[in-house]
Amino acid sequence: MKLSSFISKKNIRHKRKFSANERKSLISWLFLLPSLLGVFLFFVAPFCVVIYYSFINNPIQKIFVGFDNFVNVWNNSAFRLAGLNTIKFSFTAVPLAVLFSLFLAVVMESRIPFKSYFRSFFLSPLMVPTASIVLIWQVMFHYNGIVNKFLMIFGQDKIDWFKSDQARIVIVLLFLWKNLGYNMILFMSALSSIPKDLLEVAALENANKFQVFWYIKIRYMSSTILFVTIMSLINSFKVFREVYLMTGDYPYDSLYMLQHFMNNTFASLDYQKLSAAAIIMFIVVSGLVYVMYRAENRYGKDIEG
Amino acid sequence: MENAIQRNYFKRIHRRRVMTDKTKTLLVTIAAIVFAFIFLLPIILTVTNSFMAPSEINSNYGSIFETTDKGGKVFISKTVNLKFIPDIVTFSQYYIVLFKSPEYLLKFWNSVIYTVPIVVIQLLIATLASYGFARYNGRIKSALFFGYIILMLMPYQVTLVPNFLVSKWLGTYDTMWSILLPGFFSPFAVFLLTKFMRRIPKEVIEAAAIDGAGEWNVFTKVCAPLCKGGIASIAILIFFDYWNMVEQPLILLSDSQMHPLSVFLSKINAGEISLAFAVAVIYLIPPLLIFLYGEDYLVEGISYQGGIKG
Repeated sequence: MKLSSFISKKNIRHKRKFSANERKSLISWLFLLPSLLGVFLFFVAPFCVVIYYSFINNPIQKIFVGFDNFVNVWNNSAFRLAGLNTIKFSFTAVPLAVLFSLFLAVVMESRIPFKSYFRSFFLSPLMVPTASIVLIWQVMFHYNGIVNKFLMIFGQDKIDWFKSDQARIVIVLLFLWKNLGYNMILFMSALSSIPKDLLEVAALENANKFQVFWYIKIRYMSSTILFVTIMSLINSFKVFREVYLMTGDYPYDSLYMLQHFMNNTFASLDYQKLSAAAIIMFIVVSGLVYVMYRAENRYGKDIEG
Repeated sequence: MENAIQRNYFKRIHRRRVMTDKTKTLLVTIAAIVFAFIFLLPIILTVTNSFMAPSEINSNYGSIFETTDKGGKVFISKTVNLKFIPDIVTFSQYYIVLFKSPEYLLKFWNSVIYTVPIVVIQLLIATLASYGFARYNGRIKSALFFGYIILMLMPYQVTLVPNFLVSKWLGTYDTMWSILLPGFFSPFAVFLLTKFMRRIPKEVIEAAAIDGAGEWNVFTKVCAPLCKGGIASIAILIFFDYWNMVEQPLILLSDSQMHPLSVFLSKINAGEISLAFAVAVIYLIPPLLIFLYGEDYLVEGISYQGGIKG
């Protein structure tokens, strides 16, 4: 009798304690609820359907076709062109963006007057809507435009910037123009968060500037470098905005981006092709991010505290 | 004697170092000025061009946009002229855009009704969610948060396909809701705000709890106010991004009357190129004001983003 009452009391006590804690954690789930519901409804659930669509022949007959859709998309010449162009662009633009913005951040770290003004100037392209600025890009890079005029002054031949392979250079430049400021701010904050005593020790040990930069600063910034690289990669897919607003639905071959391919596939409402293409891109992007994440983990491992 | 020589020697070294430091600063400053000029040039040109009369624009850029005014002979130069200062400053473009051609204002209004609700509601939902992620972090929440990161990293090429399907199911295709609804739940703000929330010291929250504050009070009276700077900076970033939207309207809105100005501006025909400059500047004004007013918030917010693991 005594024992059983003891047990039940203990049980109750235990239960109450547990439920109080659980109640709090449940409340924290309530805060998450609106976002979770929305993300599930608008992204996760339809993405599951996208996966389903990528394995059937069409949404009406619903016959399972295995990997046929993927093979079709993979062999599609337009997809190949768009994919290759996007990869080529991202793999040149992203490293350049990281390097140049790191350089800008280092420059901004040194003693220069009116630092905050320069910071504003470099950051300003971030706010400029692409639509507002494409007119000037057209004026600059048109066949009869300003850049070619300068080239002619120096005795060079004119280049048809939008209708040749040189178009890639143009969009890399536009990308850098838009994104360098944002990356620069990220690097500046990382540079300023490196412990000062470490740099002093390095100075005492007679480390030269290159060593300090390479062995201390870069390693301390490795997680920021990862972040900047990933954000630049994400933003590099948005270069479609510039390309589309300047050259429309069907640009010169070297400017045909994945988003063009998607737009034109949406126009024909080919669900299977769309789904398969989206999944291929999903896998490629996730893979890239994973590789970068692992590389940073290995490199910056001994610093992360 | 020896001492004097030594002193002299050190003085010389010191002077040389001061000199090299000065020249270095000068060189770096010059480089920064050149860079800043390149960065600002396109913006400055757009603004100055918007004050030029159509005839001046035609004679400057005639060979680019192949302007053909109806009737009359128009002088078209074979090469372009780069001019910073208009021959005659005129506001006629602005007058026409603001009072004579409602279509631009209509598209501008479209941009407003897409961007403003998305910024406000996405932040509301994200502030709540970030508090949920930051408090009582467990294994399930970590996994969910990782899912949010993955989703955040996905380009429009991937996310627009699900968005398109949902808009078809819900019947919101071709309405403003097809743009708004996915925007409300975009994980970008959740990810960044969670980083801010996690920086709030546990002691602060515990102190509030001891004083009798429930979860809701801790959220509204302690955590959300402490994240004010972060919320402001993320609001600015989201505003810039959605004000600049191109991908979503092209796919989710087939009716070009509903397109925001960010898409419509490029569809202005060559004959109205001088108007386009004025529209471009008008479109630039809201983000510009936000940038000028909130730059410090923006810089602080970007600085906080730092590492992705946070």
